Amino acid sequence: MTNDTGPETPAAQPEDDAAAVPSAATAPSTVAPGDAVLASVPVASGVAVAPGKRPLVHRHHWLVRVTHWANAVLLVGMIGSGLQIYNAFGHFGRRGGPFFPNPFDGKPFPRWATLGGWLAGGLNWHFALAWPFVLTGAAYLLYLVISGEWRSLLFRPRDVPRAIAMQLYYLRLRKQHPPQGKHNALQKGAYSFILLLGILSVLSGFAIYKPAQLSWLTALFGGYELARYWHFWAVFLFLAFTLVHVTLVLVVDPASLRAMITGWYRGRFPSHD
Amino acid sequence: MTDRRLSRRDLFRLGLAAGPASLLASCGWDGGPHLAPKLHAVSKVNDWVGEKLFLSADRLAPQYPRSQRTAPRDFPAYSISHPLPVVADPAAWALEVKGLVAQPQRLTLAMIQALPRVTYTVKHHCVEGWTAIATWTGAPLAAVVAMAQPTDAARYIRFDSFDHGYFNGWDLKSAMHPQSILAYAWNDRPLTPAHGAPLRVYAPIKLGYKLTKFLTAMTFTAERPGGYWENQGYPWLGGV
Repeated sequence: MTNDTGPETPAAQPEDDAAAVPSAATAPSTVAPGDAVLASVPVASGVAVAPGKRPLVHRHHWLVRVTHWANAVLLVGMIGSGLQIYNAFGHFGRRGGPFFPNPFDGKPFPRWATLGGWLAGGLNWHFALAWPFVLTGAAYLLYLVISGEWRSLLFRPRDVPRAIAMQLYYLRLRKQHPPQGKHNALQKGAYSFILLLGILSVLSGFAIYKPAQLSWLTALFGGYELARYWHFWAVFLFLAFTLVHVTLVLVVDPASLRAMITGWYRGRFPSHD
Repeated sequence: MTDRRLSRRDLFRLGLAAGPASLLASCGWDGGPHLAPKLHAVSKVNDWVGEKLFLSADRLAPQYPRSQRTAPRDFPAYSISHPLPVVADPAAWALEVKGLVAQPQRLTLAMIQALPRVTYTVKHHCVEGWTAIATWTGAPLAAVVAMAQPTDAARYIRFDSFDHGYFNGWDLKSAMHPQSILAYAWNDRPLTPAHGAPLRVYAPIKLGYKLTKFLTAMTFTAERPGGYWENQGYPWLGGV
């Protein structure tokens, strides 16, 4: 970023990582945040703004924040009790085999990773936490639909080229940060994926819970044993997502953590599409 | 830098939120004396939902061709007593049908085998997560219920066994499901002691621990009977 680039100029591209930010901070900064000049920053174009000139925007509705943190805690409980249940029969497939490939085949998960103490305890936790897990998930989905917020979150076909551009930028094969709205295309992909994973986890859970009464659903997953298999793998996709999600929040956009707690965001990507 | 300071404070807040969550998962906790009863209360709600919303006499568990049966040696058979309880004099054995009924019954095996016969090849679901397929043959529980004529107050059936006091309770709606039977044959042969000879409850709409083996009596009750495993914390309905 050059010094002759005014704050109103859309060409004010963000630096791509935290290390570059201090140099951006040396850019002339005579206007206070929230100043009228700042209001003219073309955030709608999706271009990130430099630090020191960042507007404070309200980013997350309370319902989003409550359901986000509630589901984070509930997911820990669901996974812990789920692994406790898994420990009762650590294979996937009918008795007599063959069993589906599973690096954890026949191995119990350690006690620290489980919740419930024994099978019945695990079942009771799992089936009790499933209620708030599903209800908060449904409340969040309903909010997305009613508020129209889904538009900034749902990954659609037109996001494919944008996601490629974003990936090229991350790989340093592209210099300029692609324009983005509230989320970039890769984020849209990640958040759409995790929503889908949540829905598939709930549906495969019901398929395992009532394989006779909901046999049509169980059949959609390829039968009881496969439904249980997918339900299990969802755990590791959740864990992988969480690892990447938390890492990127802390490395790329720590201000977004505050936004998910208080609702207010003062960071590099203030656009609110 | 503003961001760094914020992130440190926010990290601290996140730690506050994550602490209880990870503690919760870290010790194999059953909820303790305060939470465990609450979990059990939710379990009762789930029983209600399972019976009222999920269970339907119109929805049958899928059946399988005999070729898909699990090899008999691979089909687990659990019992409380070891060695297996065996009825001393099969000729003297009979099933007592009693409790809140107009017509109490004492049914010998021959009488039960003379009732309408149901045969199906279905998947067995164990609460542990394993499954196995076998063919079961028996008399519809509904036929025995009809003979006994439960009173209006009867709401549950308690099944008793001679397996070290193993018992459990069923809701009447599950008992009336067309696939709920009193089974006397397994894979086209008379029931073996391992699978509950001479008579056991069977249904592909219930988990294995609800399918009492080594039957001695079925008692109609107004109050929900407990069960050997259910009293230790397993979900009561056990419906699949």
